[in-house]
Amino acid sequence: MMDMQSIKQLSDALSKKQISSVELTRHFLSSIETHNDQLKAFISVDEDRAIAQATQADKTLSKGNARALTGIPIAHKDLFCTEGLATTCGSKMLANFVPPYDATVVQKLDEVGAVTLGKTNLDEFAMGSSNENSYFGAVRNPWDTNCVPGGSSGGSAAAVAAGLCVAATGTDTGGSIRQPAAFCGITGIKPTYGRVSRLGMIAYASSLDQGGAMARSAEDCAFLLEAMSGFDAADSTSSDRAVEPYSEQLNHDIKGLRIGLPRQYFSADLDAKVRELLHNALHELERLGAVLVDIELKQAELAIPVYYIIAPAEASTNLSRYDGVRYGYRCEAPADLHDLYTRSRSEAFGEEVKKRILVGTYALSSGYYDAYYGQAQKARRLIAEDFQQAFKQVDLIAGPTAPGPAFALGSKTSDPVAMYLEDIYTLAVNLAGLPGLSMPAGFYDHRPIGLQLIGNHFDESRLLAAAHQYQTQTDWHTRKAPVFAGGAL
Amino acid sequence: MSVTTEQLADVATLARLKLAPEHSQSLTHAFNEILSLVDQLQALELESVKPMAHPRDENQRLRQDLVTESNAREAFQAIAPDAQEGLYVVPPVIE
Amino acid sequence: MSWEVVIGLEVHLQLATESKIFSGSSTRFGAEPNTQASAVDLAMPGMLPVLNEQAVRYAVLFGLGIGAEIGQRSVFDRKNYFYPDLPKGYQISQFEQPIVGRGSFAVTLADGSTKTIGITRAHLEEDAGKSLHDAIPNASGIDLNRAGTPLLEIVSEPDIRSAEEAVAYLKTLHTLVTYLGISDGDMSQGSMRCDINLSLRKPGSTEFGTRTEIKNVNSFRFVERAIASEIERQSDILEEGGVIIQETRLYDAERDETRSMRSKEVANDYRYFPDPDLLPVELSDAYIAEIASTLPELPDAKKARFQAEYGLGEYDASALCDSQALAQFFELTTSRAKDPKLAANWILTDLLGQLNASGVKLQDAPIQPEQLGHLIERIKDNTLSSKMAKQVFEALWQGEAQGNVDQIIEARGLKQVSDSGALEALINEVVANNPEQVAQYQAADDGKRKKLIGFFVGQIMKASKGQANPQLVNQLLNKTLG
Repeated sequence: MMDMQSIKQLSDALSKKQISSVELTRHFLSSIETHNDQLKAFISVDEDRAIAQATQADKTLSKGNARALTGIPIAHKDLFCTEGLATTCGSKMLANFVPPYDATVVQKLDEVGAVTLGKTNLDEFAMGSSNENSYFGAVRNPWDTNCVPGGSSGGSAAAVAAGLCVAATGTDTGGSIRQPAAFCGITGIKPTYGRVSRLGMIAYASSLDQGGAMARSAEDCAFLLEAMSGFDAADSTSSDRAVEPYSEQLNHDIKGLRIGLPRQYFSADLDAKVRELLHNALHELERLGAVLVDIELKQAELAIPVYYIIAPAEASTNLSRYDGVRYGYRCEAPADLHDLYTRSRSEAFGEEVKKRILVGTYALSSGYYDAYYGQAQKARRLIAEDFQQAFKQVDLIAGPTAPGPAFALGSKTSDPVAMYLEDIYTLAVNLAGLPGLSMPAGFYDHRPIGLQLIGNHFDESRLLAAAHQYQTQTDWHTRKAPVFAGGAL
Repeated sequence: MSVTTEQLADVATLARLKLAPEHSQSLTHAFNEILSLVDQLQALELESVKPMAHPRDENQRLRQDLVTESNAREAFQAIAPDAQEGLYVVPPVIE
Repeated sequence: MSWEVVIGLEVHLQLATESKIFSGSSTRFGAEPNTQASAVDLAMPGMLPVLNEQAVRYAVLFGLGIGAEIGQRSVFDRKNYFYPDLPKGYQISQFEQPIVGRGSFAVTLADGSTKTIGITRAHLEEDAGKSLHDAIPNASGIDLNRAGTPLLEIVSEPDIRSAEEAVAYLKTLHTLVTYLGISDGDMSQGSMRCDINLSLRKPGSTEFGTRTEIKNVNSFRFVERAIASEIERQSDILEEGGVIIQETRLYDAERDETRSMRSKEVANDYRYFPDPDLLPVELSDAYIAEIASTLPELPDAKKARFQAEYGLGEYDASALCDSQALAQFFELTTSRAKDPKLAANWILTDLLGQLNASGVKLQDAPIQPEQLGHLIERIKDNTLSSKMAKQVFEALWQGEAQGNVDQIIEARGLKQVSDSGALEALINEVVANNPEQVAQYQAADDGKRKKLIGFFVGQIMKASKGQANPQLVNQLLNKTLG
């Protein structure tokens, strides 16, 4: 049973030649083959590439200079560009787009010998909280296939949860790693803005987008994140601060760690069952030595309006490059230039993407800029300062990842506002550029619930250590979803 | 604030999108719901607050003036919808 | 009625960097289409801009050169519009916080007066690509080699009142930026393009009239003509009681008129906002001081120094300082020739004449300062008469004797004879052979003598095969003939 093993265990087995990377890779490829039709977690699988990488990894392993991820089969959210492998962003616009370059994240993971199984499904251009906005079909939640896996990194979350890969990359603009991690019962971390290079990561909202790691445990996330992170001279917003060895700091003492509980996150509006589960998890952290402190995040309610102006505004212009001229979808027989633009874009963008482009265009347009975008930029500072006030009192902040567990497919698609409220606890973290993590904290009926931990800038190590130590005492993250690859190797 | 379907059509033109006639009503409705979600910002008194464009307060790093790219036209144009004679082809541009 | 013309100019100056403003592609002119367009320039998904330090440096240098405020914190914004030569669907530019703030410089007009023109601001931005209309039938072809080339957009105050002032402004600006070395200023390659904002108003009025913007005029001559024709068009409309429509116009050089650009179905709304892919550019005092230390001597200072140090007149000094290269040519020539006035004459008359006639650029001239200085030295030491010197100059231009002045003199036998013994022998011979003319001369008064002496000089020059030093011959003749 290799499916539930950690990266550490698998890496150990690979070094000891108990299994080869090619065998491991074939196992996951066959699991994908079996389950992907049902889950739609992957948009593309590249068997030849995976086997070639695994073969190479086996050579590296036999030479004895392997790294933790050498030979470990992973998957990339399909908005990280992969040279020679279609990168669709979940959109008809890029359905046939094969980039002639790799994203820095992909390059870094290739360099440490990780094996890429394929590309995971997502909401189109990462816009969504349910993964129902993919041109390639909605992803199903392995815990309940009538439910969504969350979004936008729903494919990555479902793939990990269903045992179709060991770990996966994701991106998080307003909760897109944390919320699907919570819905699928896995661990996901969005690091500090600037920690992971955005080069080759197709942009949704540039000042909010950040790549991160999704895996069963915090320990696995630590291995993936430390390999993905680091300075990239080709990304002006990339940080040149040294990357900490997260995987080596997981056991750093959390005794005395002060965890803030914002009153606004645990208000009367919070579902009682969710509250109960979170309290249990927090008491476990308390038992491990953490100190729980009640705090205020007074500006919490601004997160939704600020986010839903800033993200669409940036997106509206980030997506202007999709014009049918140099790559991507082009309409048939355009009558003139205007027709080429308008029809290519209207035919190839999905409804949610169009809606956000419209909102963003409106928010930036003359006469409305000050009232919307200008005001949102100022309110954004209030949100960021709110967190800095809180971090004077506490080391980490805890709260729900999402208002509830995974919801049924189609249940929120007709109500944009209800869908946007899904991200109510996660958005502020992106606006402030902070690291955030979601870890499994119990079950709501049969569906997982996530606890969110928020750190100050570059405090990933502390987040991962707290989550890891919690996971040494709990087994939520090792529970198997009903749809699970299973099977012996 | 709220917009009419006509106003939304103008916004769409600016973004080079066309509203499908059968959806324009429902889209306008959804758009206005989103506006109502964000409208509360307009009531805030933020005169003295400095706008925040980036999540962290850092300076732009500068690149050395070096030519690091070489010709990759073939690879780029292999994925172009229409490229001829090294050029990207579009309907006539009238100036 | 006469109208007061109000003009403001926006100059797009291509900065002389090796690579583009936000990518590592070459900015070299004239490459095959799209061979200098990288993933960043093509706006491929996931690509990001990183700012070129040299572009920042050049912008600051310009600001310091015109005594402007330097924006110690400047911000890049996105200017959004769709156009096929604009791959991202937005241009990265600077809107609210430009890198260069208010400044000014003086221009000299034809009547010798000077006028100070204010600079509102100068900001960094990227150039767009090019649409080609003839390459492909019934379609346009897009070449993105130029996309991302660094531009400094220099915006003047509406201080300009005539076509003449506009051209003087542009020429002064051109001289300044080439001095600063921040642009090659080559207008034929589009390195300096100009948008003209023009309006008319009643003399004495303090309000501005409605202006039109004439886009992308790319030579001094076209600027002059575009302004003239637009003034005529606007005044015709106003005379008839019409109103000027604020719009963008194009100058059609063939018809010598401006015409309205097809109005778009939707008015432009550029939706400027700070580019989230780029951070604010903060310049420290030390960094600005370091750039200031590299400021070269600027045209006005150099002109003043040439007058003081070399005793040149205003006109010569001004003409020599027209370009830094020419001024340097002069100084190098003078350092050898030790005669600034003679050097200035040779450069401004002979050298520039030859360059103009042959269409050769100064840096490619076959005569370098060392050689011209050497030539002048040989005039001063009486080896060459000025007539001979012209022959040597011609030979130098043709590259004779690897440009060695003395070898040319030797090979062509151009040495002037200044040996009085040898000349006296010749004089005596000529005097002995022409007794009639001698008698005539001696009988003549001073006025006639001056004419008659020419005959003897001619004979002596002939006998010496043109090598006799004419001044010495004159002296000796006067003595001999009494």
